[in-house]
Amino acid sequence: METIEVMLRDIPFFDGLEAKELELLAGCASNARFQEGELLFREGDKADTFYAVRHGTVALEMFVPARGAITIETIEEGEVIGWSWLFPPYRWHFDVRALELVRVTAFDAACLRGKCEADPVLGYSLMSRFAQIMIERLQWTRLRLLDLYGRGD
Amino acid sequence: MIAPQALEALVGTLRGRGYRVVGPLVDQGAIVYGDLQSAEDLPKGWTDVQEAATYRLERREDEARFGYAAGPHSWKQFLFPPRIRLWRATREAEGGFAVEESEHDEAPLALIGVRACELHAIAIQDRVFLGGAYAERDYAARREGAFVVAVNCFEPGGTCFCVSMDTGPKATEGYDLALTEILDGTHRFLVEVGSKQGAEVLGELPSQSAEPADLEAAQAAIDGAAERMGRTLDTGGIRDLLASTLEHPRWDDVASRCLTCGNCTMVCPTCFCSTVEDVNDLGGEAAEQHRTWDSCFSVDHAHIHGGSIRPSGRSRYRQWLTHKFGTWQDQFGTSGCVGCGRCITWCPVGIDVTEELATLRKPEEEDDGDD
Amino acid sequence: MGAATERRPAAVATAPVPFRVLRRRRETADTWTLELEPIAGEGLAAEPGQFAMLYAFGVGEVPVSISGDPTRPGPLVHTVRAVGPVSQAICSARPGDTLGVRGPFGSAWPVEKARGSDVVIVAGGIGLAPLRSALYTVLANDADFGSVVLLYGGRTPADLLYRRELERWRGRLDLDVAVTVDTAAADWRGKVGVVTQLIGRAAFDPSSAVAFVCGPEIMMRVTAQSLVDHGVASDRIYLSMERNMRCAVAHCGHCQFGPTLICRDGPVYRHDVLAPLLEVREL
Repeated sequence: METIEVMLRDIPFFDGLEAKELELLAGCASNARFQEGELLFREGDKADTFYAVRHGTVALEMFVPARGAITIETIEEGEVIGWSWLFPPYRWHFDVRALELVRVTAFDAACLRGKCEADPVLGYSLMSRFAQIMIERLQWTRLRLLDLYGRGD
Repeated sequence: MIAPQALEALVGTLRGRGYRVVGPLVDQGAIVYGDLQSAEDLPKGWTDVQEAATYRLERREDEARFGYAAGPHSWKQFLFPPRIRLWRATREAEGGFAVEESEHDEAPLALIGVRACELHAIAIQDRVFLGGAYAERDYAARREGAFVVAVNCFEPGGTCFCVSMDTGPKATEGYDLALTEILDGTHRFLVEVGSKQGAEVLGELPSQSAEPADLEAAQAAIDGAAERMGRTLDTGGIRDLLASTLEHPRWDDVASRCLTCGNCTMVCPTCFCSTVEDVNDLGGEAAEQHRTWDSCFSVDHAHIHGGSIRPSGRSRYRQWLTHKFGTWQDQFGTSGCVGCGRCITWCPVGIDVTEELATLRKPEEEDDGDD
Repeated sequence: MGAATERRPAAVATAPVPFRVLRRRRETADTWTLELEPIAGEGLAAEPGQFAMLYAFGVGEVPVSISGDPTRPGPLVHTVRAVGPVSQAICSARPGDTLGVRGPFGSAWPVEKARGSDVVIVAGGIGLAPLRSALYTVLANDADFGSVVLLYGGRTPADLLYRRELERWRGRLDLDVAVTVDTAAADWRGKVGVVTQLIGRAAFDPSSAVAFVCGPEIMMRVTAQSLVDHGVASDRIYLSMERNMRCAVAHCGHCQFGPTLICRDGPVYRHDVLAPLLEVREL
């Protein structure tokens, strides 16, 4: 059974972090798994966990009255979920549901925030990684906003 | 050499051979191209005064038949008419339909008074319509039967710049006969033969051989025209210039003046854009497709589902000018402009392409739009 | 600007030839696939990437890419989106009805250039229709190519074309298929995201791959840039351009795109040639 540190090396998000830093992070982490259809968390819940997907695909959903549950985006293995835990009010904006059997490494958010504040170098490292992901996701989302395949009328 | 009176025999001979003879005549204050019943229809003793957004006729002191420059018409209205039927489809009993392409069945054309710039314009349209993988059937039929009587200019117009475009004032090829009008005391025409048919037609006119003095007088008239061009244009590297100045502030400046009326595209002898119209009879039994003139100034020209690619007047003016002088070369291997100056004369707000192009040569910071 | 590949002029260029509708299949709310056969004479012998002008009696003509299998004899196949009066009339044609066809016109996807390399096909929306012909051609000779990847992005699951075929393609060992949609209801078990997101995960060697991209212009521009960012050479990426088209024989001037005429030099172009033009607004 691999240690969490070893598992983290497979996640691109953690590329370039030193062994010591990975060890620190692993200290906040535990493994978890979700069955197909299970919610990892619900919109409005307290955002106290950061997830790295090791296996499987999850869907970010929002429930829209009269339209039902709409999938905003899907996130796959090797990617990370969640940044609402970074800043107050620490509340989730979406439902996240497992589309199949999903294995994750879950990090306690308070623990992670504590480690970042105690070690600014690690903190900056993690923040840069989050910023890059957010920029990329925002860019992709903006392209979808253009509704390029629509009829243009 | 022929005398002015021989022009009547020229028209008569051509009509006798079954040609529809078209040429310049005065109509509604302009010299336009229309059917010539006789040589008396030619604009005897008329000249034109042209400037940007200005055209008027004035009387000459002589009886020159060709003492003017290009008017609002060009020969494309005969070779590439504003509307023709391409084909007709008729419904059949079993629910399908049959398509019949239209044949050109009009009399062959004899064009009288084609200027050197216009010969080049016809050659440019030949490349567009006949020089690619597909020949334009109607154009080919009209073109093939046409008899061309060119005229060398001695009276250039106020907006002419054929010398800059290397398209005149002397006609060098593409004609059956070329006339140079000489008015140095004895009104006469030097005739040059450009083809076998031209020689045959000349053979039916009263003529005599040319003396060296005639040749000199003719050359002097043409040289004189070359020296009195109304405009000049530096064409060096113009294709690359236009490709590299697509965001020059001058485009905003001209856009503030251009009405996108499309006059320039209508009077231009090389503009060839067309569209198709599908028309059906009320009973729904027959449908036709017609080809009609179109203009890149229309918003519809670049319409795809979702909207127009060129909604702004700026982009449409830019399209026209960059195509005419630049991308036409990429598309067809020659410039699209022959320096006739019609677009300058007939633009209601007097936009001058030579001025626009000269401004594009200036670095962008220098143009403060105050012109 | 020469064509990406040379070809013979179309036999039927200037007036439509009657074709009978054999089959009509609805793909999505506004898109149908029609199979046509000539009432008399030969079919069109089109190559993948080429297009024909389809005529609806009394209404008009529109350009539509071929989307059938050029490696097998059979009817002419066109997938048409009903966006205007002509395309609506064409989409309403039923088996037994007659449509006019002239063509084929334009340049083809240069499948030969991809021999020995990986092939990446990226389709957005109805862009899958012209790419399907290229995919058939590659799959019919799959030993000549490396990995073949199809990345397809649509608006919603209901807007995906060729769903049954997509499922069959997924089952092939010689083809890697990834599909995503911009938005979906929660009953969609597939990916949700923009098609460029699929590039990073696709299994192909960018250093030698050839890519064929088709879809709305912005999607092609962004996808091509993303492929370049992932290491694919700009001169090995091909796009299919669209502009207003009337005559399809380079006489009417409508399909100009800067120095090129799309009906004659395109619609398939190399990305490195097109890239500077794509950046000019309202060209």
